[in-house]
Amino acid sequence: MTASTSLTAVGKEPAVLRRFLTAPAAGPFAALVLASVFFSLATDQFLSGGNFSLILQQVMVVGTLAIGQTLIILTAGIDLSCGAVMAFGGILIAKLAVQGPLPPLLAIGLGILVCGVFGLVNGLLVRTVPLPPFIVTLGMLNVAFALTHIYSDEQTVTGLPEPLTALGRTFPLGRTDVTYGSLVTIALFLGFAYALSSTAWGRHVYALGNSAESARLSGIRVSRLTVGVYAVAGLVYGVAALLLVSRTGVGDPQAGQTDNLDSITAVVLGGTSLFGGRGTVLGTFVGVLIVGVFRNGLQLMGVSSVYQTLVTGVLVILAVTVDQLSRKGTR
Amino acid sequence: MSRRARPVLVIGAAGLALSLAACGSGSGGGSPSGGKVKVGLITKTDTNPYFVKMKQGAEQAAKSENVELTTAAGKFDGDNASQVTALENMVAAGVKGVLITPNDSKAIVPAIAKARAKGVLVIALDTPPEPQDAADALFATDNVKAGELIGAYAKAAMAGKTPKIATLDLAPGVSVGVQRHEGFVKGFGVSASDPSIVCSQDTGGDQAKGQTAMENCLQKAPDINLVYAINEPAALGAYTAIKAKGREKDVMIVAIDGGCTGVQAVKDGRIAATSQQYPLKMAADGVKAVAAFAKDGKKTSGYTDTGVTLITDEAQPGTQAEDTGFGLQNCWG
Repeated sequence: MTASTSLTAVGKEPAVLRRFLTAPAAGPFAALVLASVFFSLATDQFLSGGNFSLILQQVMVVGTLAIGQTLIILTAGIDLSCGAVMAFGGILIAKLAVQGPLPPLLAIGLGILVCGVFGLVNGLLVRTVPLPPFIVTLGMLNVAFALTHIYSDEQTVTGLPEPLTALGRTFPLGRTDVTYGSLVTIALFLGFAYALSSTAWGRHVYALGNSAESARLSGIRVSRLTVGVYAVAGLVYGVAALLLVSRTGVGDPQAGQTDNLDSITAVVLGGTSLFGGRGTVLGTFVGVLIVGVFRNGLQLMGVSSVYQTLVTGVLVILAVTVDQLSRKGTR
Repeated sequence: MSRRARPVLVIGAAGLALSLAACGSGSGGGSPSGGKVKVGLITKTDTNPYFVKMKQGAEQAAKSENVELTTAAGKFDGDNASQVTALENMVAAGVKGVLITPNDSKAIVPAIAKARAKGVLVIALDTPPEPQDAADALFATDNVKAGELIGAYAKAAMAGKTPKIATLDLAPGVSVGVQRHEGFVKGFGVSASDPSIVCSQDTGGDQAKGQTAMENCLQKAPDINLVYAINEPAALGAYTAIKAKGREKDVMIVAIDGGCTGVQAVKDGRIAATSQQYPLKMAADGVKAVAAFAKDGKKTSGYTDTGVTLITDEAQPGTQAEDTGFGLQNCWG
């Protein structure tokens, strides 16, 4: 199809529909809807408020990680350390609160802050040395993993005090129990969607991802912006750490080992380009829901978990293929 | 390609994925069933032959009991999050009972409690949660006894020699490894800090790590003549290291598990003896217990020993053992 025929085709449709169809997250959103319709027909239990709340609760940790991951990927970077940083934050929060010496709320604050410091260090290494994000965060993955195991002494921390588990509790919304933590995740998604689309900072992030050199020439302080994005992502991982601890009710040193790749999966499924400069956090939200819906739906159908992994793999490859092809088309 | 073509492609993609899913359900035996009792099985991973055997046992029992089996697993050993998610989804699917080998004995407890609160029978297989009564019941090998059997065997076989022992353990703080080690030491009749234990290393139950650990032990104490290994892969790794030093004739290796590769190694003389456990039976008994609960509403409880047998071709006086013929018939993997 040539660009001109597609333009005429689009031109016939109402503006709102056109805008929707060409939005980066339109394809993933359609896939999500289709999958949901399929599972609603295939199983009796899928279509219920309780099950939807369950899916939200199951994706809140990786979803929150994926927000930070989206920010970094938008700058044409990548973060392999997010899951390990979160695991360290989680064990820090749990152990400081249970075994002292900090009151729970301070432990939470410190844990989130430390995750932010990990992000800050990543950003400084990426920008000032400079080093490729892939390598920096691969190194940081190992550092955070090792620190988690050293600090935890390989022991799972149990008996968490109330403030740490509060976000894992539920409140009734109509006849559905909703987890507080999933609201935190949704709020973060909405907040960052606004920041990226409607603030100068957000526009700068896209500009940086499109071309760091052009961004610099147009007066954006590229170094500060990059380091800031990594640090903010780190803080978001800290929130994910709190959500993790509250969801599982323990401090688990083994947590998060595949969450780096799972978060990248969500970002890619949501239509964000790994080459930077294109994509949205709301797309990522759709991406993480796609993974959650397939996992839940297939389990409800009685399909073994390897098939869930298989389906996720196929979807990722298709999503990047679509990104690549459409990139060619728009140039 | 135009930008507009993208949604179409993604919809196609989703369609393909869904048809894959449909295939999965067909081969997974999850045909739509009106009112059939559902049983869930959650193993540590999909890849270990031990859990493959467990799944087979569950599938066989599901067929004979006419119940519907749904399975899931962690992505790696230690992956608690995936097990929690699978457990929640199974409860949402309306299972009557779930059989689970916890990846993290403590971390799984809150999720088990939530499932039980909804009336689901939760049976731990192979590995107990901590505390053990967090689950309704435990169907497992007595790991202390498994260790004792090979400890006592080694004691009898080493009669007259001065033992220099290497222990190739699992990982710090993991109950299975700790219990097997304690059992071995007890069966051998020494204290845990006995000077005859000259080297102790963690292997994670992995063959390559077992080899590295044994190489290091031989470096530290070249005159080691008895090796206790947490499982057969670690034992076979140790054998490779020992053979490289040309000492395979005068170092005895004892292990635990009873996998087919391991029993074959006993037959070939690479491992002297192994304690065989029965994952197939654990899962089959678990499925039957859930089916019984669905019928009469009675929940099974407490600990059920699924048995352990010493397998060796060179039986020692005073130890009860079966030969490798029996071992190969009953092995897993």
